[in-house]
Formats: sequence, C-alpha cells, structure tokens
Amino acid sequence: METINIQKTKAIDQVNTRERVSRLFSRSIKNESKMQALYLALSMIDLTTLEGKDSDGKVKQLCYKASHLHYKHPGLPHVAAICVYPTMVPIAKKELEGTGINVASVATAFPSGMADINAKLDEVKSVVDAGADEVDMVISRGRFLSGDYNYVSDEISQVKDACGKAHLKVILETGELVTLDNVQLASDIAMEAGADFIKTSTGKVSPSATPPVVLTMLEAIRDFQIKTGKKIGMKPAGGIGTAKQAIQYLVMIKETLGDEWLSPNLFRFGASSLANDLLMQIMKQSTGQYQSKDYFSID
Amino acid sequence: MSQRIDIQKTYKLFIGGKFPRTESGRYIKWTDKNETTVVNICRGSRKDFRNAMVSARSASGGWSSRTAYNRAQILYRVGEMLEGRREQFMAELTLQGLTNKQAKNEINQSIDRFIYYAGWADKFQQVFSRVNPVSLPYFNFTLPEATGVVAAIAPDDTSLLGLVSIIAPVIAGGNSIVILASESLPLSSISFAEVLHTSDVPGGVINILTGYRSELIEHFSSHMDVNAIIYCGHNTDDQKLVEINAALNVKHVIQFPIQDWSNDKHQSPYHILKCQETKTTWHPIGF
Amino acid sequence: MTKKQIWDYSPAPESTDHIQLKDQYDLFINGKFIPAVDGKYFDTINPSNEKKIAEVAESGKADIEKAVASARKAYEKTWSKMHPKERGKYIFRIARLLQERAREFSVIETMDGGKPIRESRDVDVPLAAAHFFYHAGWADKLEYAFPGRVAEPLGVVGQIIPWNFPLLMAAWKLAPALATGNTIVLKPAETTPLTAMKLAEIIQEADLPPGVVNIVNGAGETGKFLVNHGDINKIAFTGSTDVGKYIMKSVAGSGKKYTLELGGKAANIIFEDAPIDQAVEGIINAIFFNQGHVCCAGSRLYVQEGVAGEVITKLQKRMESLIVGDPLDKNTDIGAINSKMQLDKIKTYVKLGKEEGGTIYQTACSLPKKGYWFVPTIFTDVSQSNRIIQEEIFGPVLAIQTFRTVDEVITKANNSPYGLSGGVWTDKGSKIFKVTQDIRAGVIWANTFNKFDPSSPFGGYKESGVGSEGGIEGLSGYVNLV
Repeated sequence: METINIQKTKAIDQVNTRERVSRLFSRSIKNESKMQALYLALSMIDLTTLEGKDSDGKVKQLCYKASHLHYKHPGLPHVAAICVYPTMVPIAKKELEGTGINVASVATAFPSGMADINAKLDEVKSVVDAGADEVDMVISRGRFLSGDYNYVSDEISQVKDACGKAHLKVILETGELVTLDNVQLASDIAMEAGADFIKTSTGKVSPSATPPVVLTMLEAIRDFQIKTGKKIGMKPAGGIGTAKQAIQYLVMIKETLGDEWLSPNLFRFGASSLANDLLMQIMKQSTGQYQSKDYFSID
Repeated sequence: MSQRIDIQKTYKLFIGGKFPRTESGRYIKWTDKNETTVVNICRGSRKDFRNAMVSARSASGGWSSRTAYNRAQILYRVGEMLEGRREQFMAELTLQGLTNKQAKNEINQSIDRFIYYAGWADKFQQVFSRVNPVSLPYFNFTLPEATGVVAAIAPDDTSLLGLVSIIAPVIAGGNSIVILASESLPLSSISFAEVLHTSDVPGGVINILTGYRSELIEHFSSHMDVNAIIYCGHNTDDQKLVEINAALNVKHVIQFPIQDWSNDKHQSPYHILKCQETKTTWHPIGF
Repeated sequence: MTKKQIWDYSPAPESTDHIQLKDQYDLFINGKFIPAVDGKYFDTINPSNEKKIAEVAESGKADIEKAVASARKAYEKTWSKMHPKERGKYIFRIARLLQERAREFSVIETMDGGKPIRESRDVDVPLAAAHFFYHAGWADKLEYAFPGRVAEPLGVVGQIIPWNFPLLMAAWKLAPALATGNTIVLKPAETTPLTAMKLAEIIQEADLPPGVVNIVNGAGETGKFLVNHGDINKIAFTGSTDVGKYIMKSVAGSGKKYTLELGGKAANIIFEDAPIDQAVEGIINAIFFNQGHVCCAGSRLYVQEGVAGEVITKLQKRMESLIVGDPLDKNTDIGAINSKMQLDKIKTYVKLGKEEGGTIYQTACSLPKKGYWFVPTIFTDVSQSNRIIQEEIFGPVLAIQTFRTVDEVITKANNSPYGLSGGVWTDKGSKIFKVTQDIRAGVIWANTFNKFDPSSPFGGYKESGVGSEGGIEGLSGYVNLV
C-alpha cells in the first residue's frame, strides 16, 4: 500500500462559501436555456430506490420509468442509472438490458458502513459479479472523525480494486462530517484513493446534499484536476427534489468546473422524486400551463 | 566675601526626549512685567518643527501600541512629577504675572487634569467602542484608534494649564504631539518638558517648541505628515489659514477658542475622541 | 461522450413595464417640484445604450438660495421643534415606502447608472431602505448615543453625493441628518439624478413637512453654490479627494462643519493560509463590484508568494465566468461604466499601466456596441511606484503584487495617501487581529470584502476623509454635543 501524506490542504470559510452559493443560485435561467437544462438534468439522474421495503415489482416499475420518462413527450432522454440495494441488482440489470441505462448498487454496509472490511469487499465483489456497472460505497465516518485518515484511504483503495471495471462512487456522508474542512479533506482522500465519483450522502442522514457542501466538493474536484489532470465526477444525493434546485446545481457546475462536467459522465443527481418535477417543468415550458402532480406517474 | 551667584536656567526646546537649542540659533528675549528678569527663549524654526515631527512620527507607533494600562500609568506619573515640582512652577507662574493663589490653582488644576486623562487612557476605548448588530452573519466592531501625529498651537493666555489640557487627551489617546508653547507665557511650558523628561513618557511622544506663532503656524498646518492640527485661539486669519492648509492632506482640524481652561467642563473624553480615527472590522461567524 | 451543445444562459431581462418615469424632472424645493429659475434642463442618459432617459432641471445660484431658505425655514419652524419621536416616524415611513417600491427603484437605478440589476436589487435599494429604518429609531434615543452630553442638531446641511451608489448615498446622507433634527439640501450627481427624484416623490408621499428635504440637481457649479452658501451649517460630501480638498478650503474660516468620504486605494491581502477559493471570490467582489466604481474597492491586491500562482490562475478563471453586458439582465455581473468621462479615465490608466511595464490580463468577453463598457482587467508585474498602484482608478482594474512577510505587506498596504478600507485573508485568528490593527484604514474586512450595514460606521483615515457615516459615529457628524 502506498503511503499518502494525508493532511488538510487549505482552509475553507463557511460564510463565504454560502455567499458564493447564493450568488450562483441567483442566476436566472429562462426560456431556451431552461429547457436545455431540464433535459440535461433528466439525463443526469441516478433514479434511486433505497428502502427496506423495496420489492422486485417496485424496481421493475422504476426501470420502466427510467427509459420511458413520459409518454406525452417524445424525445426525452433517459436517466443515467438506476440505483438500488445489492439484492436488487440482478432484476434491475435484466430490466434495463439494452437501454443504455446503468445499474448502480450501494455497497459496503450501506448506509452506516459499520462492517468489517472483508465483509465490505465481499459485498462489492458480489454486486459487481451480479452486473452492477457502478458501486456506491460509504466511507467509515467514525474512523474519519477519529483522525484515522489512512484507514479511510486504504479502505477506499481496496474497494476500488474490488470494483474491477465498475465505476466507484464514494459517499462521504457529509451530514456526519459536519464541517466544510472535513468535506474537503474527505473528498481529497477519496479522490487520491481512486474514486471515480465523489458523492455527498446516503440520503439516510440529515442534512444530505447541501449547496455549500456540493460547492466544496466541486472545488476539491477542480483542484484535484489541476494537480493530477484526472477528472472526477460528482454526485449530490438526497434532498434534491425540484427542477429549480437541479438547475441551480447545473449553474454551480458550469461556473466551478466548466462545461465539460455538464454530462452524465461526470455529474449525477441521486434522487427519487426529481425526475417528475423536471418532467412537470418541461411540460410547463412547452405548453405554457402550470402542471399538476396528478398527471405524472409516481413509481 | 563675595555673594553666591545664582545659576540661571537656559530654556531650550524639547524634541525627541532631548533638550536641543533651536537649530536656527535665534532667540526671543522674554521679560517679566517689571523687566527685572530677562530670559532668552529659543525662537524655534520650521526646521526645529520638522525635526520634532520626525521624532513624533517615529514615537507614534510604539506609543499607540503600548497597553492602555501602561499609558494610563505614564500619564499618572506625569501628574506625580508635576506635584513634586510645585515650587518651580509657583516661581515661574508668578513671574509670568499670576498671583500666588492663581498660580497655586493653575498647578493644582494642571495636575488634576493629567490625572483625569490618566484615568481615561484605559477607559475611553471601552466607552466608545461598539459591537454593531449588522444584519449579516458577521462579527462587526468599531473602536477608536489614534490618528497618529498631532500638531498643536497651545493657548497663548495660559502657560501651563492650557498646554496640559491640550497634551493630555492627545497622548492619552495614543497619539504623539508637537506643540507650540504659549508665545507670551512660555516659561512653564519648557519646565513642563523637564517634568516629562523625568517621567516615563517615551522620547518623541511629546515635543514642545517655543517661538512665534506667526512664523510657525504655516508649517504646523501645512506639514504633510501631520494627521490632526489643533489651534487654540481667536485670530480668525489664523483659524482660516489652518483650515485651508489642512486641506493639503486632509488633516483633522480642531479649534479651541476657549479662554478659560480652568473650567472643568473643558475636560472630557470627547476631547480624546477629537484626535481618534474610527476603525470598523468585519469578520464572518462560521466554522 | 456525445457531442452536445454548450449550455448557456438565455437573456433574462428584468421587466421595466412597472416603472414610472417622467420625461422631465424639476427641482424639489419646499415640498414641491418646481422648475429652475432660469428654466434650464440637462439630459440624463442610460450609459448602457447612450439613450436619453429624461431631462432634469439644472439649479443655478438662485435655486440654491431658494432651497437653502426653504430648509432654514423648515428647520426653524417645524423640524427642530418637532418631538423627536414624531421625527422618527416620518423616517420610518420613508423606509417603508422605499421597501414597497423597491423593484421600481432598482430598475431606475440600473437604467440611470449602468450598474447590474442584481446589485441594485440585492444591495443598493434594500440597504437604502435599511438605512432609513435604522436611523429612524435613533431620533428619540440620541441621549443614549452620546453619554454625558446633549446632542443638538446643526441646522441646515448641504449634502453632495456621488454617482456610484446614487440612492444608497442619498440614504446614507439623509437618514442620519433627519434623525438628528437637521434639514437638508441634497445635490445628487449630474449623471445619476433619477432615483433621488423618485425618492423626492416618496418624501412627498410620506408627508414630510415641506422644506425638510430639498433636492437640487446639477454638476460641479451647482455644488459650489451649495458649498459656499452662507446659511449652511454643514457640508456632507462623498466623492473625490480633490473635490473634498476644495470643500475644505472653501469652508475654511466659515465655521461650517464637514464630513468627507473621499477616495481610496484599498489593499486586499491574501496570506498563504487563507481560504483560497473564498479569497478569490473576495478579490472578485472587492474589485469588480459595481464595475469597480467603489471608493473602498480592493484595487491593490497583495498575494503571499507561495500562493500567488494558484490565486492568480484561479482569479483569471473566475474572471472568465463574469458576465459583462446589459445591466438590466438578471445574470449580468458587470454592467456599464457610468459615463464617457469615467470610461476615458479608466482607459488612460490602463494605458499607463501597460506603459509602466505591467502585464495585463483581460477577459475574453465581448462588449455591446453602444454604451460605455470596460472588460475586467488585472495587472501583474507592477511595483509600488506605479501610478496604477498609487492612484484611484475607479474602474474594474486590479493591480497585483506579491509579498513574503507580514511586516512587508503591512508597510506596503499603508504606503498610500489613502486609508479608507482594507482586506485581509488568513485562517489564523491572531494574524487577523495583528493585521487589521496595523492597517491604517477605517474599514477592514477580514475574510470578506465590500460588506455594508447601516449600523456599521464607514469612513476613512488620511486623505480618504474626515468623519464616519453609519452607526453612532455617523450620527455624531450631524450634532453639536453640549
């Protein structure tokens, strides 16, 4: 294992970060630009169901929705991926065959990460064997908060190895890291250790993706690219339910990382209800009429 | 048997904690009313003023960064030293025309005035500072800060009390000062410098010149390194000249047309504020 | 990756159909709108398209006489006699009316001055209302502001304000003067008279007694009449140091008081341990806010050597995302330069900066054909003796130097005849206190820049001015303490 000298790289100021966020979020996205953004956001969704009560039927429905977003509106893109628990990977894989939509699975004792490393690695291998294209792991927050950064880093490296060809998204669970300094440090550790994407949250801890956290992670990605030339993806997850929020994040990406990141290859939304709101807005934009939720299927 | 000859005092300038003669070599003959005593007073020049300004500027940073408690103690020490030199001041003040009673009063008040401002030195900032409740997540506070170097034309009609009343609030506030002593009553001003010399006031914080107002006022008010100019007097031409020259580098102008400095209403922490700037600092509150 | 269209922002113009603008504005004297005695008008144009918006009456000497007489009468007959509590209520009314009509004022401010609607909407107008609101409450509480003293009004105050924050500066001037019981003759800048005239409408609506606030328009000549009027007790001026000095000389010997908010050349200091990304944003905010037409702009940047490369690279990248253009577009970051005259001045300095050997970097944005525009500009390789370091440019032009030690940067920061503001960026608390203490300037932003609040005093050291505005210190400029 190569040793990484892990330390905080630079200071972050919370209040200024919030101010930057509110400035970015005050961009006014209208007309053509809005329509384009809504389509773009749809294509970036990791349509997610991560409930203990998830059933085969629910996953099937979700998979159908993923590739048939709305019958009245042809030409819509499909979402980027379906994100499910490990046991649901085979069924999702089957349902999505030929659609171009990826299957992502959470792993590593999601959402707490409170398991032995070998158990985690076994879980990762099994979901990859079952066909998962993407693995969403969680970091060991307890170890991180106790300052055992090397453990966190080593764990990610091992999971990355276990992923093989599958893409690795590393969930920092920023709601438990509390400070932006921690968010940045955890982002750096994850990227150094081999993450393809860094992701804010499991969706099981409040707060989940907050705009200052997302901005901090985007800036960490930018700095990592400057340092290493590598492009790491970003996935905010949890609490992003409206088209307005999604568009605000697109503005944030555009002005922090540039147009190249405005793609499902490098940016995803982890969300369950966002797709419908985007669809409602698309309908509103094209018809001029405000929409009702009753006309959009809940899957 | 010959009678003992008195040693007469030489009145010199007070610059940078030292007593130089004027670089110009000029003097002003000063006599008491009965013309029985004759004293040669230095006729300070613009170059003396320039030298005093250099001393004052170099002393200013150190003085303002001392703790308020330390400045307070030094001002108090000046009062103590003044108290110990009553006899000398009695002699000079009476020589300059005061009755014994008047002289005694002036000395008492001068001492008390220094003690008054000694007490303010470690309080005015507390009284006039604030935390401002800005409507943003910032900690915002305002405090008075010494303006730097003050040039002052002392009151002409009092030899000691006027001088002290000008100097004390200026230095209590952390400034250094170059002051032109009373032209007509200069003796106690120079003796006061001796008091300063034996107290703990660092050299250069207080510089006392003697000479003609008419000659020096132009230089006092036009010098580009002066942050504030104090003018004591009623001459409207002088007042105007000071204000016009102040515009050269945007000096603060403080006019004191006060005649009766013995009134205690002329001591006030607001006098300290006249030679203070207002500094406001913002910092975010977050983690 | 499939080839795709670049996602860009469509135009998002603020609507202008709700604003009410007349073709012609008169003087506001004694509670009424009246033409100038000699019937002269001048045009006010929109600097983003050079089109005339309206014409405004130009005050001559006789108009100033009228305005001052009206202010004097109002002072003696009503305003100084009124119970302070009632005075306060009038000011509260103005605050409320301004809040109600906020968007209209924002749009007009942007049209008349060229600043982005984002700023007039989010900064100028809300802050102006906040100034009235904050000061209103002081009217009947002055005894708590000045312990041991009674605060008495000065009388008639002449106020002259600049074009960079027309409405906000009017509020900064009017609110404390009214709260302390003075009456006023206000002269807005000749390129930006409109929001002051709209404010006059609000003052009328608020039923303020006639003559308490009088507004006269015109350029330097009009200002001179006001400054030199014999029945003015105080001049409050915000503008250039040259004019400030002129005012000091003009009022010399007259007994008139003055407060002066003059120029600046603020040092913005970035230490190695600073929160770099936030500091870069702070630099942007310090120099490009309001096209750099800000007296407290952070126009001298000092970056510690170890992070200079990173900071400048990130700054350049960030500058590229600044949107320059139609001030009424809600996405515009940098609007139009306020006037042709100011644009020429900026161009002269940029030429000078190049001649002095500075390395220039300007963003690639395209500028509209009509109107007055200047691209965001930074200079590196400049030295302390360069004129672009020494002199106030008042435009979107930043001069950057590097430094190694704390002592060195404090010396350089203070090496200026100005002392209005400063910025310091570091993660170390004790260093913040050391540097903010040692910088000779009236407002220091630590890990932030260009923040304003009615309760926070604002004013300069040295040639940046005399007196403060805002907070209790601001009130003290409008009272005699007896």
